[in-house]
Amino acid sequence: MHRLNSDRILSLLLITPSLIAIAIFVYGFIGFTAFSSFTKWSSLTPDFTWVGWLNYERLFQIDRFLCDLRNTVTFTGLFLIATIALGFFLAVLLDQRIKGEGIFRSIFLFPMAISFIVTGVVWRWLLNPGTIQTGSSGVNLLLERVGLGFLRWGWFTDPTIWHIPPESGLGQFLAQIGLSGLTSPYVGISLAMISVVIAATWQMSGYTMAMYLAGLRGIPEELREAARVDGASEIQIYQHIIIPLLRPITLSAVIVLGHISLKIFDLVVSMTGPGPAFATDVPAFFMWDTTFRGNNFAQGAAIATILLATVAILVVPYLVNQMRTEAEL
Amino acid sequence: MSRYYRWLVLIGLVVLAIALVTACATGPAKTNKLEMFSWWTAGGEADGLNAMYDIYKKQYPGVEIINATVAGGAGTNAKAVLATRLTGGDPPDSFQLHAGLEVEKYDPEKYLQPLDALYTSEGWEKVFPKDLLTLLKYKDHYWGVPVNIHRANVLWYNKKVFEDNKLTPPTTWDEFFKVADALKAKNIVPLVIGTKEGWEAGHTFETILISTLGAEGYRGLWTGKVQWTDPKVTQALETFKKVMTYANTDYSALTWDAAAQYLVDGKGAMHIMGDWTDGWFTSKKYTGYGWAPVPGTKGIFDALSDSFAAAKNPKNQENLTNWLKLAGSKAGQEAFNPKKGSICARTDCDPKLFNAYLQSAMTDWSKDAIVPSVAHGAAAVEKWATVYKDILNTFATKGDVAAAQKDLQKACVDNGMCK
Repeated sequence: MHRLNSDRILSLLLITPSLIAIAIFVYGFIGFTAFSSFTKWSSLTPDFTWVGWLNYERLFQIDRFLCDLRNTVTFTGLFLIATIALGFFLAVLLDQRIKGEGIFRSIFLFPMAISFIVTGVVWRWLLNPGTIQTGSSGVNLLLERVGLGFLRWGWFTDPTIWHIPPESGLGQFLAQIGLSGLTSPYVGISLAMISVVIAATWQMSGYTMAMYLAGLRGIPEELREAARVDGASEIQIYQHIIIPLLRPITLSAVIVLGHISLKIFDLVVSMTGPGPAFATDVPAFFMWDTTFRGNNFAQGAAIATILLATVAILVVPYLVNQMRTEAEL
Repeated sequence: MSRYYRWLVLIGLVVLAIALVTACATGPAKTNKLEMFSWWTAGGEADGLNAMYDIYKKQYPGVEIINATVAGGAGTNAKAVLATRLTGGDPPDSFQLHAGLEVEKYDPEKYLQPLDALYTSEGWEKVFPKDLLTLLKYKDHYWGVPVNIHRANVLWYNKKVFEDNKLTPPTTWDEFFKVADALKAKNIVPLVIGTKEGWEAGHTFETILISTLGAEGYRGLWTGKVQWTDPKVTQALETFKKVMTYANTDYSALTWDAAAQYLVDGKGAMHIMGDWTDGWFTSKKYTGYGWAPVPGTKGIFDALSDSFAAAKNPKNQENLTNWLKLAGSKAGQEAFNPKKGSICARTDCDPKLFNAYLQSAMTDWSKDAIVPSVAHGAAAVEKWATVYKDILNTFATKGDVAAAQKDLQKACVDNGMCK
């Protein structure tokens, strides 16, 4: 009994410093940031005059911020789809008990060990389109050489935004039912973002592959055999047995990749910068710019709070779910 | 046994933590030092700074100089660190600051020393041009000592390309478009530009604003005397829009120096950029370049300047004062500027120390009308300059004149200059 007590005290003592540190440096500062976002703080000396939601209202009138939101949605959506699909595909290939599996696994995993900054610089060089007068470069040059010149395009320098044109049939219909907002260029897909998605997918799909591979290995061979005995084709086995069994893995992948993509900063900074007409800008970049360049701390805090909220929307249900499962165990 | 061991570890950790805390609280012992904070970490800028340190060490032996630098383009990272140090009560003695309204960012009345007395005792009001002195004053005080001057409105061109095509550098925008058409027909990029870092479009546009509105009108834009709704601003936007049609299509992928590489390679003909380009060309061992004022800005010097400011309640007041005196002196500026590739803020430096371009800039500096650059922190407070830069970054691609003009006026109103 005595022994248990002293162990308890010791463990509490050991955990206290980190608890205090986390309370102050994580949750305390989150609270302070959220508080700052409701103030007038826009110079070096803090000004904590309460202004309510003013900073948020202003933010949603700024062209750059609306572009950022659109880009984040584009990026997160495409990045999740691409990384999960590619990761799953690679995992299935590796699961076929091929020779030298270890080598392939390492090759696909290695990009994850590289910093986003390095990835960004390399892909900037690769995808730099060149100009008509100075000639193509990078991937465009490659396409040209192999006779696929028609595939050349501006990559991350292309300012095109795909959105529903207001004058089209669908656009007019949406306007009639009062949804003309959906035809604005802020609700669209920024084509330049695709280049960033390519770079990020290159880096992160190996990681998804590793997760799926672990999941695939955890599925008992008996299940597949039983299905085969029942006359299921290989495709049906994947469709009805393996993919449903891998759902927890997919969920984890969505959470991990999703929060990376919502917070993405370094890749965009080193690869594209804000892009033409903010075609590749992201909220984190804007936050950094407005806070440390413009000294607009309150506005920066508002962006940070919105970023946190979006990540929370993604992560909190997952955590709740996790805790519930743990409690059940 | 293992229990005692654990307690020992715990006690050890506690002792270590206490030791660390006390060590931080005591801080370094007070000695004869000077801490100088900048974002000059490499190349000519660092060389220039070191040349000034050498003079300082000779004049005041026994003073240890702490060269505190934070690397990063245009000082963005450094400025964040500096802001923290100023508000946290641990300021460096002196730090780098763009002359002009950028000082507003540091809340000078609270964190900086006014340097008016030093200006009088050193006679600086006589050696710096009057327009520069006006620019340096914020709330009726001087807050920094300008050590160098850069010019933003320079049109760099590839001499060989111009000679081969029998062209002369344009002096008006009409001429510019004629020249550009001729070059375009020859499959040469008429104007190279790179906007990856987000400020370059704003830089180019400010030179167009100067050419359209003139020195007085351009200054008025930043003081509220001229509204951004002015038809001349519309005209400037139209010009910029047309200029962008002659630019390399991959501009958003390039930094300014990567764009200038097109000019070096003879694939591009002209480049509008500040005169740090001169230093960059030199470092590339490229000599085939010529220069002219940006079309329509002859006789106007679009200036930016690095200055040194003094923190309030510095650790070493005397060393700091001596440092500022050196920064404003002829000897100090002559040591710094040839290495940095800029000209002296003073008008009495020896031209022989400088290269051909810088000599021409010196001549212009002493006689031209001086206007402040907005892209480089002189003309407007940083908050406004940041919004300005964002608007132009969008405009360079979208070319929506009405929207850009409306946003520019709104930015002016938000900053309390326009109504």
